[in-house]
Amino acid sequence: MTKHAETSNPAQAQGQSSERHRTSRHHWVAFGLIASFVIIAPQFLYPIFVMKLLCFALFAMAFNLMLGFGGLLSFGHAAFFGGAAYAAGHAAKVWGWPPELALIFAVAVAIVLGAVFGFLAIKSRGIYFAMITLAFAQMAYFYALQSPFTGGEDGLQSIPRNALFGLVDMSDDGVFYWMVATIFFGGIIFIYRVIHSPFGEVLKGIRENEKRMISLGYQVQRYKFITFIISAAVSGLAGGTKALVFHLASLVDVHWTMSGEVVLMTLIGGMGTIFGPIVGAAVIVAMQNYLADLGSLVLIVQGLVFIVCVLAFREGIVGVLAKLLKTRL
Amino acid sequence: MTHTNEKSQTMADATEADILLDVAGLNGWYGESHVLHDVALNVHKGEVVTLLGRNGAGKTTTLKAIMGLLKPRKGSIRFNGTQLIDLPARTIARMGMGYVPDDRGIFGSLSVLENLLLPPKVADGGFELSEIYELFPNIEERLTSYGNRLSGGEQQMLSIARILRTGARLILMDEPTEGLAPVIIHQIGHTVRRLKQAGFTILLVEQNFRFAREMADRHYIVQEGRIIDEFHKDEVAANLEKIQCYLGI
Amino acid sequence: MMELLGISVQALLGQVLLGLINGSFYAVLSLGLAVIFGLLNIINFAHGALYMMGAFVAWMLLTYVGMPFWVALVVSPLIVGGIGMIIERTMLRPLHDLDHLYSLLLTFGLTLVIVGLFQNFYGVSGKPYPIPAALTGAVNLGFMFLPIYRGFIIAMAVIICFATWFLIERTRLGSYLRAATENPEMVSAFGINVPLLVTLTYGFGVALAAFAGVLAAPIYSVNPVMGNDIIIVVFAVIVIGGMGSILGAILGGFSLGLVEGLTKVFYPEASTTTIFIIMALVLLLKPSGIFGREV
Repeated sequence: MTKHAETSNPAQAQGQSSERHRTSRHHWVAFGLIASFVIIAPQFLYPIFVMKLLCFALFAMAFNLMLGFGGLLSFGHAAFFGGAAYAAGHAAKVWGWPPELALIFAVAVAIVLGAVFGFLAIKSRGIYFAMITLAFAQMAYFYALQSPFTGGEDGLQSIPRNALFGLVDMSDDGVFYWMVATIFFGGIIFIYRVIHSPFGEVLKGIRENEKRMISLGYQVQRYKFITFIISAAVSGLAGGTKALVFHLASLVDVHWTMSGEVVLMTLIGGMGTIFGPIVGAAVIVAMQNYLADLGSLVLIVQGLVFIVCVLAFREGIVGVLAKLLKTRL
Repeated sequence: MTHTNEKSQTMADATEADILLDVAGLNGWYGESHVLHDVALNVHKGEVVTLLGRNGAGKTTTLKAIMGLLKPRKGSIRFNGTQLIDLPARTIARMGMGYVPDDRGIFGSLSVLENLLLPPKVADGGFELSEIYELFPNIEERLTSYGNRLSGGEQQMLSIARILRTGARLILMDEPTEGLAPVIIHQIGHTVRRLKQAGFTILLVEQNFRFAREMADRHYIVQEGRIIDEFHKDEVAANLEKIQCYLGI
Repeated sequence: MMELLGISVQALLGQVLLGLINGSFYAVLSLGLAVIFGLLNIINFAHGALYMMGAFVAWMLLTYVGMPFWVALVVSPLIVGGIGMIIERTMLRPLHDLDHLYSLLLTFGLTLVIVGLFQNFYGVSGKPYPIPAALTGAVNLGFMFLPIYRGFIIAMAVIICFATWFLIERTRLGSYLRAATENPEMVSAFGINVPLLVTLTYGFGVALAAFAGVLAAPIYSVNPVMGNDIIIVVFAVIVIGGMGSILGAILGGFSLGLVEGLTKVFYPEASTTTIFIIMALVLLLKPSGIFGREV
């Protein structure tokens, strides 16, 4: 990604400004397309399927904040996704909380996990960081396996969707869909704002040349830590929502294969792009849906997609699109 | 420029058969950056030839290109008649070319003995260990020490010594005296002269002109990735000011 | 019957033995990972899947060709190691100059493919593999009975770890490897084929994993997911021991297996997480690991 240098040449400045406008236009179009899809989709697709898609798209976008913009590959994001799923489920089922409070609780749990794991993991970089996050997530998995709160192998089942704000009945999938859609939109706009904020610019600078940012006086570790927490929080939001969609939180949500899946979604959509994770999530969720009957074949196909993407298709779908349109997506 | 060409022509006529290394039209790149421009030089068997120039002139880059460590490169590099331009470093080494880099390339995690024995023999006629110990007694004393425990001078000696064991006949030496005390520089000079007597051919990169002057048969001046001048050792005294100007001293 | 802290000595020694056995597998697997990481600087996520493959190939050799355990112990690592070399040459070498995270992602994808393939053809249930006749039974040590095969595992692990350590630290070939880890360009300039060395090293590391797999076949059921959870523990072991460190991998593997076993005696619920907790502590105190080089 090229950083555009500030210029005093008015013609050049004009050019840069119009390029920014062009990119902005593309982003408006992208959001428009997403919004249209979200509004129209329930007409011709099962609401549950689309809700699953939205949850994972949000998860992938949260993950990409770390990977694509922070340059940190975490292999343990399932801990936040699944941990929040269990938290939301527990709040809704055992405490009878309405969904908005259950999700706030879920995000809070994800933030705490993110803070603890992040504090220890941020000390390392690159591959070490990936392995450490993986190991921590495995700890969370073992906890989930053995803890009385989580129902072990059976998971937390029959999670109710209590009335929203205590007033609006959410048990109908069609109705709950709009809550999920709102959460999804809120989430991706939030992440978009983070990416395009001064904070986001510093993050990109760290990804491109960490030593330089340190020498410029930025508290790099602090930025990474905050990014980790934001990423964990939004992943938690996605996980908690998912638990309410399916009325279920299970070990699958905390297993490292879930962490691997979100990596795959980001990779295939385009790491470091803004909208890539959404596309990637759509591809993977759709693929899993259609290949569900083929059992282990899903694993093989996913593995092959990983391998092919890494060897030949590193920009991802949106990355290629962005190159064709000569813009940032 | 014609003046130099005529000179090279005369010398070339006399010793055409003896040219061990013949570089012509060598161009090299670091990534996108074009760093070597039509470099042309030659080295005759048994000669000590130096590449002189200021910092960043492209001397080390030229050596690396000859050794096969710079990619991409184009042009012609003939060693004993064989074209090297498309060959990888490991093949070039096996043909009898030895490389003593400017950072010495000593492996810190290996012992001195392991460092010494590491380069495989590429030809007959390499020094025996006993001969190496005779030439470099302090290496024998430090055999079990780790590479990273050696002083700069000891590392430089080791770097030269291990090439001598391999049987390589053309040695590319990059700034052997850099950062070393005068006593050690003297030792290195003595070593280089011994090697020359033994019939080794040496292409030497040096910033230390005084050292180079004592050793070399011929000097090439490198500037901005080009060879811009050449002097036989007999011509040095007459052109001293010019050379000093080239080198910025 | 003797008691120690409320637990019978019998039970304690039983767990120590179990800990040593687990430790043996951790050690051999960590060693393979450390060797690969040391030279190639990549984390071979597929290591667990290749361990499983080693076990499965031994089972396949027995079932389809009637090859006995002793021969499979050599042949299976050779086959799987060979496959490893092909993987390195075709898929990992192109990624060599890129960010090493891509190699991690590739080996992760490989894991999915390998596990998926075996799962597809053989299902998830375990295949039985008999303990070789010469190693059945137990030996009475006085204070406990030691099943011979389990003793064999520990002995083989110690031998192979020592042999590998010796190969890397004390031989000429090992010095090529260590030198190439430090400065591959210089090693090429001496005439050594470094890309070939890299391929062979990867193959060797993979062969070690397969060897562990063959050892595991008679006592753990041979199934496609047998490598899935052990790989994460092994990752923690090499973080603790120090990522490229041979000694760290070997000592770390054995001692952490022992610690895990002992924890199981006194506090069973925490036993699976003990190693991760230790990892967290090591990260706080010395992020590069106990024997690791400073990052």
